[in-house]
Amino acid sequence: MQTEELRLDGNAAGGVLRELFAQDVTAALGTCAGCGTTGAVGALLEYGHGMGTILRCPQCDATVLRIVRASGQLRVDLSGVLFLTIPE
Amino acid sequence: MNETIGERVVASAPAPPRLEWQVATVVSVIQETPRARTLTLDVPHWPGHRAGQHVDVRLVAEDGYQAQRSYSIASAPADGMVALTVERLDDGEVSPYLCDVLQPGDGVEVRGPIGGYFVWEPAQRGPLLLIAGGSGIVPLMAMLRQHARADAAARAGVPVRLLYSARTLDDVIYRAELERLADPPQVDVVLTLTRQTPPDWRGYHRRVDRAMLEAVSWPSADEPNVFVCGPTSLVESVATVLVALGHDASRVRTERFGPTG
Repeated sequence: MQTEELRLDGNAAGGVLRELFAQDVTAALGTCAGCGTTGAVGALLEYGHGMGTILRCPQCDATVLRIVRASGQLRVDLSGVLFLTIPE
Repeated sequence: MNETIGERVVASAPAPPRLEWQVATVVSVIQETPRARTLTLDVPHWPGHRAGQHVDVRLVAEDGYQAQRSYSIASAPADGMVALTVERLDDGEVSPYLCDVLQPGDGVEVRGPIGGYFVWEPAQRGPLLLIAGGSGIVPLMAMLRQHARADAAARAGVPVRLLYSARTLDDVIYRAELERLADPPQVDVVLTLTRQTPPDWRGYHRRVDRAMLEAVSWPSADEPNVFVCGPTSLVESVATVLVALGHDASRVRTERFGPTG
């Protein structure tokens, strides 16, 4: 298996993101705290693993969002998101 | 719920629906190709979906071990039922169960619909360019089916082209339905086979490349809405070429399948 085949999109994290947010945020615009680029959450790069999900910026590869499920807890690191604009 | 205040009827805002796991019932199964199977599901509390969305499917073993995967919805929003087409991956945890074991009448846990990014709405103006690799055709089929259900005037306003890469002709999912869409032509359907071809094959016989995309896609000035779905390597090479050809990256929406299973 090639490493690139492990890379998905933010779309794929739509289910777990709906556990955090009241509505879909894959169409929301997020601004990366690393480089300031703004793009759809669904267009972030998703790296899934056994315990959770990491979403990275397609421009600078910085970690934008980390979601880890462990010990009956959902732990979320949003420090890579500078700003989130959710369409209503 | 409506609340009467004086003579005015005020609709209270509905609470946003939570995304809950629920047990869907398998209504029918169709073997599409040797490796792909369509499961039509009756989901009791289904709010309706948009073309391009997916559901999460969860399997729970007796010892509590859980495996969860995402599968695209193949049915059009107006179809009522939820159809998932699943490709069987031999080393997968979930797809062999869905493809080999599950039968009509069985239950399976799902949650959805999910996603608002890789979604096509008929109101989106401009031509529709769909590019699929392998089982990446599934969410694009929901878009094709929604388009096919529109009236002739609406269809004429949104010309559609599909470029679909499969290993062999036998691996082409929805082949008969795609042939019907192509003749008489409602949709330009272009197939490329990357491995074996039939003796009289007149389509492409190679991986999707720049020359093929230049031949199939509209000029960027026509501002087509592009949806690309398939294995990660195909999706990324197609998206890169389309942007190099001048298409605005915001109109090239991608869904990478990666290896699921």
